[in-house]
Amino acid sequence: MRTITYREAVREAIREEMNRDPNVYMMGEDIGVYGGAFGVSRGLLEEFGPERIRDTPISEAAIVGAAAGSAVTGMRPIAELQFSDFITIGMDQLVNQAAKMRYMFGGKAKVPMVVRTPSGGGTGAAAQHSQSLEAWVAHVPGLKVVQPSTAYDVKGLLKAAVRDDNPVVFYEHKLLYNTKGRVPEEDYVIPLGKADVKREGRDVTVVATAMMVHKALKAAETLEKEGISVEVVDPRTLVPLDKETIVQSVIKTGRCVVVHEAVKRGGYGGEIVSTIVESEAFDYLDAPIQRVAGREVPMPFSTHLEQYVIPSEDNIVAAIRDVMV
Amino acid sequence: MKAQSALPDERLPELLEQMWLIRYFDEKIDEMFAKGLIHGTTHLYVGQEAVAVGACADLTDDDYITSTHRGHGHCIAKGADVNKMMAEILGKETGYCKGKGGSMHIADVSTGNLGANGIVGGGIPIATGAALTLHMQKRDNVVLCFFGDGAANEGSFHESLNLAAIWKLPVVFICENNQYGMSGSVKDMFAIADIAERGAAYGIPGTVVDGNDLFDVYASVKEAIARAKAGEGPTLIECKTYRWKGHSKSDAKKYRTREEEKEWRAKDPIRRLETHLKESGQMEEGDLRRIESAAQQKIEDAVKFAEESERPNPEEIEQDVYA
Repeated sequence: MRTITYREAVREAIREEMNRDPNVYMMGEDIGVYGGAFGVSRGLLEEFGPERIRDTPISEAAIVGAAAGSAVTGMRPIAELQFSDFITIGMDQLVNQAAKMRYMFGGKAKVPMVVRTPSGGGTGAAAQHSQSLEAWVAHVPGLKVVQPSTAYDVKGLLKAAVRDDNPVVFYEHKLLYNTKGRVPEEDYVIPLGKADVKREGRDVTVVATAMMVHKALKAAETLEKEGISVEVVDPRTLVPLDKETIVQSVIKTGRCVVVHEAVKRGGYGGEIVSTIVESEAFDYLDAPIQRVAGREVPMPFSTHLEQYVIPSEDNIVAAIRDVMV
Repeated sequence: MKAQSALPDERLPELLEQMWLIRYFDEKIDEMFAKGLIHGTTHLYVGQEAVAVGACADLTDDDYITSTHRGHGHCIAKGADVNKMMAEILGKETGYCKGKGGSMHIADVSTGNLGANGIVGGGIPIATGAALTLHMQKRDNVVLCFFGDGAANEGSFHESLNLAAIWKLPVVFICENNQYGMSGSVKDMFAIADIAERGAAYGIPGTVVDGNDLFDVYASVKEAIARAKAGEGPTLIECKTYRWKGHSKSDAKKYRTREEEKEWRAKDPIRRLETHLKESGQMEEGDLRRIESAAQQKIEDAVKFAEESERPNPEEIEQDVYA
């Protein structure tokens, strides 16, 4: 199997879905000639033309709202928001309109749209271009939320998101775009709501998302040398959440650390912990569950400060050691 | 008014009945609220009937509308069944949204009604997106986007008009200037005399229309629809009108005077149409009253239908969150 980047995997998914279904199209800021802020759509304009690769003005409310309006009337838009922080500007259209249309209309509407957007820190882009706000949207009934961590996952999950009849917020981590992985050339779809055990282990379960999956895997390697066997579970989608895989893993290991990059307070980690505590896995816990998450500050600019806010491999190692006592 | 845009006489009885249906529907809601028979809140369209009816007169089920907070009139003008509307407002399972939407969310996508909206300006980007679908699927249809004067100061208005203008989408933006956004008078909330002037900012035509004149609304919207279908893009039409009632049920209307209300009630769009019908010799008083009472009866029947309908089953509470 060939190896491609996460970025190329996203592009392939878009290209294949646009070839498969004429109602699929893409719109967003600078996605045409420029190729998107992170180069995801590079080359697609030449292939599909400006009708289906639609450059928009800098107008997030109109982009998200027009996606909802075109989805409810028969198209399947993929809207790109240049940075996930800008979702705030389109929030009414996402939260009050797209998410609720089906329910408010008594089930007589479908809103098959995807909002793709790069999230996360570590690029030195400071407080307005580095946030992980996925818990905000995961809180809203009617939205689905995806956070892929590998090139393989991102292609299969984006295809599933495009084919889903609901509004899906699809988070791509900026630092993952250049990471490489083995990705089949043929069509494959990873169902939303299915977690992946990225590494099997016996002693402790680490549930990690997006960029943190990679840090958790490194932490697991480190600890293996000390004889601690770490299982790493990547939920891949926050909504729907594969509770079963997480619960079964914790029943097996008896210990759990939950890791995400987003700010700890009100973060999605709290939801994962509650899911475990409310399940039969509670009786198997040999130690309190630990959360490793972002510090409760806006993302600072200085690299030196930024690295204190975003959880590190060392933070994860320390938390695992804590639950092993 | 250009000749080809004139409303044919034979359409008038049907449109008059629609206007009466809207009038009696919302008067009935008002009455039932006062008696405590309806919960929640509602925003009544009384006094603005000529806008919805004139604008929607030529639409088919394949054309779309998006509506406002004050959506009952648009809904009826788009051909909705008043029984299902009344049932929705009474929170019954036979309602358009099975009791999950209520007054501000009545929608019927299959007949082109993309919904009233609880967010001021919330429907404007959605209308733009629906027009994008029509454009991309090369369908010979149009979207009418209704919104109030208050929404014209929301960011969604500006973003959407610009997007629709640069992409030349088949949408007509119809601003219903009823003089107040809640308690905010247009005199205080705008530094311009006509909201229609804002069309210029997006390179699209802006037209001011007498929103209490069915013929004027019809003619202007008809021309805008023709322009939209010809691929020439959107038009902004400002219909000057007045909401007879308060903003919602909790409104004591302290921000306006009895004299002002009286002045606008004298411009009643329904009476105006009736006067035209009589003076042009098309109808006599008896015919007019028959149309009025037929509409009134339909509303009474709708109330009966709604009252006799079952309440929704709480076991279905989680249905339709996701497709």
